[in-house]
Amino acid sequence: MAKVLMKGNEAIGEAAMRAGLDAFFGYPITPQSELPEYLSREMPARGKVFVQAESEVAAINMIYGAAGAGARVMTSSSSPGIALKQEGITYIAGSELPCVICSVGRSGPGLGGIQPGQADYYQATKGGGNGDYHLLVYAPANIQEMCDMIMEAFDKADYYRNPVMILADGMIGQMMEPVEFKELKKEREVPAWATTGTEGKRAPNIINSLYLNPEDLEEHNIHLTKKYDEMKEKEEQWEEYNLENAEVICIAYGTTSRIVKNAIETLKDEGINVGLIRPKTLWPFPEKAFKEYPKTAKAILVVEMSTGQMITDVRAFNEGRLPVYFYGRSGGMIPTPEAVVAELRKIIEGGK
Amino acid sequence: MLLDNKRIKIITGHYGSGKTEFACNYAIELAKNSKKNVVLADLDIVNPYFRSRERADFLKKYGITVVSGLLGNEASIDIPAIGGIYSSIMDSDTQLILDVGGDQAGARVLKQYTSYFDEKDSLLMAVINANRPGTADVDSAINHIRAIEYEAGMKVAGLINNTHFLRDTKPQVVLEGHKLVKKVSDKINVPILYATILREYADELAQVLDVPVMPIDLIMRDRWM
Repeated sequence: MAKVLMKGNEAIGEAAMRAGLDAFFGYPITPQSELPEYLSREMPARGKVFVQAESEVAAINMIYGAAGAGARVMTSSSSPGIALKQEGITYIAGSELPCVICSVGRSGPGLGGIQPGQADYYQATKGGGNGDYHLLVYAPANIQEMCDMIMEAFDKADYYRNPVMILADGMIGQMMEPVEFKELKKEREVPAWATTGTEGKRAPNIINSLYLNPEDLEEHNIHLTKKYDEMKEKEEQWEEYNLENAEVICIAYGTTSRIVKNAIETLKDEGINVGLIRPKTLWPFPEKAFKEYPKTAKAILVVEMSTGQMITDVRAFNEGRLPVYFYGRSGGMIPTPEAVVAELRKIIEGGK
Repeated sequence: MLLDNKRIKIITGHYGSGKTEFACNYAIELAKNSKKNVVLADLDIVNPYFRSRERADFLKKYGITVVSGLLGNEASIDIPAIGGIYSSIMDSDTQLILDVGGDQAGARVLKQYTSYFDEKDSLLMAVINANRPGTADVDSAINHIRAIEYEAGMKVAGLINNTHFLRDTKPQVVLEGHKLVKKVSDKINVPILYATILREYADELAQVLDVPVMPIDLIMRDRWM
């Protein structure tokens, strides 16, 4: 298929449909409303299900039900709307059901504002719902990558029987970029565990997150932990950019990583080498990228559109080897390449 | 090359057709070539980001006044509150550009103003980007125009070929789009007023195209995008 120009939110919808989306349940919220708008038009036209629920809580529970019945399902929202969905998300994880959740972040806390933000890193990677569970979390930096990650997300959700989150920020949702959609490699079969009706021929399949016997629940938790360990082993993804001979290593994801790359190019023209490690999965956090630094590296600069959340993971895996600095903007303010360059100069020249 | 015989230019089109980028560039050209005040009214009530009001300070340097919401250009809010433009519609010394939000939903906002537009003095333009899925063939492009006309209560009197792939727009991309826009133009009998392209390719394109070429500087898109 030829390239087309699409807005991020529309592209999420198109990619999900190409991935075989059976049903979408959601509720509008800026800056992701173009996604349900697009799907409200396109899903019925392609014989699929679109429901605008009465709330985010209703939508995530519709996802819970439809996923249990074996449908390929997706919901989407933005920061405060994702907060509302947390109860349903932990139920879905506990019941081991596959689904994709798109989170197009705005600025917080509370209702916050409608400009982009990355202050939902904790919400996405450290739970939000109760219990020992994790989401597999992808963080796209452009629209093509987001579409590719969505196709992958549905397959990973099926493989692990676990919810998968695409964490974009409002800028990725709102910006236009050329994109080429890929077709699904093979048709998805309805999973054997789905509650599709026994027809009196088999034992009932049960979808459940309630375990009243502590021994059974611990066993369930151990089983889930094995899945999460497998994700850590197999699913970490990151990009390394200009790391060779880098004096400072920047860590940034999503929109912010693009700004950092621009800053890196500016300094490169002056003969100053700065590198970037861009996490493409936020959970599992790309721990392996931190095993060995280039010998030239003197410091780490974490750049986020928040007051500092991913930095806690960077500090954990840095294990005190290099000093870790932070530059962030919040409230919907977007860091400029010039400001990132200035921070890097302070570190390099000022021996900060 | 600027069609300054009509005092009020109304710029509409599909989501993402590039209306706002065109409107800002057009306003600057107009400000450079006109003795009248140039006012750019941002009437976008459908997009939360990438609205011309975000560039109000930049455009002010060219003497362009940007008006938008009642809460001012800085307010980042997605409610359909616009205002402060009637005086520009009435003032015969003002060149007014209306940057309207995408699709018929965005064009609906025009209805409150159409009875104040003097037909001899106003021009409704439709911006077309052939690389947008919703306007990639003749029929859907015309359907978009008709839907916008219905909401606006006015007829589109000029087309803009704004076919682009952002920074990857070579003349060939615009020429491909021109085939579509030409067919639309012939079918509905509305002239193509401009084709647009990034400034560096404007001369090259002008040599092979039979309509005026408007050079575009990317004003809305930050350099890291």
